[in-house]
Amino acid sequence: MNWAEFFYMGGRGVYVWGAYGVTFLVFAIEIALVRHKRRITLQQVRELREAGE
Amino acid sequence: MAINWFKYSAPSTFYGLAGKLIPWFALPAAVLFVIGLYIGFFVAPTDAVQGEAYRIIFIHVPASILSMFLYLIMAGYAALGLIFNTRLSSMMATAIAPTGALFAFISLWTGALWGKPMWGAWWVWDARLTSELILLFLYFGFISLHASIDDPRRADRAAALLAVVGSVNVPIIYFSVKWWNTLHQGSTIKFTGTSMHVAMQQAMFITLVACWLYAIAVALTRVRSIILERERHTKWVADLAEVKA
Repeated sequence: MNWAEFFYMGGRGVYVWGAYGVTFLVFAIEIALVRHKRRITLQQVRELREAGE
Repeated sequence: MAINWFKYSAPSTFYGLAGKLIPWFALPAAVLFVIGLYIGFFVAPTDAVQGEAYRIIFIHVPASILSMFLYLIMAGYAALGLIFNTRLSSMMATAIAPTGALFAFISLWTGALWGKPMWGAWWVWDARLTSELILLFLYFGFISLHASIDDPRRADRAAALLAVVGSVNVPIIYFSVKWWNTLHQGSTIKFTGTSMHVAMQQAMFITLVACWLYAIAVALTRVRSIILERERHTKWVADLAEVKA
């Protein structure tokens, strides 16, 4: 099997890659969001600590 | 050996534990996705009836299973928080909800892309599809109800009630293909066994485990932020190395 055939997926390439592409895109977005949230929260907690001192 | 289980129900101890556990879930998740999809695309044969389009199953079925289980786990934690007034359980419920919604969305999305070539329609108002859509809306309801109430403890209780009542939908999704005459195909994996090719089973099982590990890693990361946010006025948060830095 060559790569062109692999991506063609028996004519169902759009559906198969559309399913996996969006899934992993959504995973990537969620990972970016939880990491962003972690940074923001830490920053807020730090500011609060400095203000309290 | 006496283990004090309640020790880890305190947000301050769980925060550290969760931080140590995250890489042990995240890394195997990535590795298992690669292995599972390798088997799914390069080892598993073409389906006799559905051709290559069936390969969507390796993400569709795990995502659907996760969307249902995560809902039950979320409702379970929410109920614990409601009954025992434990703060950490409510925080866990809040941390799981977005990931559950995400898996419900993936289930519907991949299902639509599978339905189009197989049934000729992206969407049908079939019992299975409709009850899964309701599941997605229940997640949205939980998240927005929680976000709309300022006092976090009151938000926990209100959202918990919604989660617990909504959990009746999960068995409806699961049994919908048996109870009603649906366009959606029946379960491929049954309690009595399966007719699936062994490589297909392996690929699906491995991606299912990968999805579980992913969900746990993401939920633990999220709950750590929630703990920090809610406990920000406490001394233990102010004393954390990452806060002092």
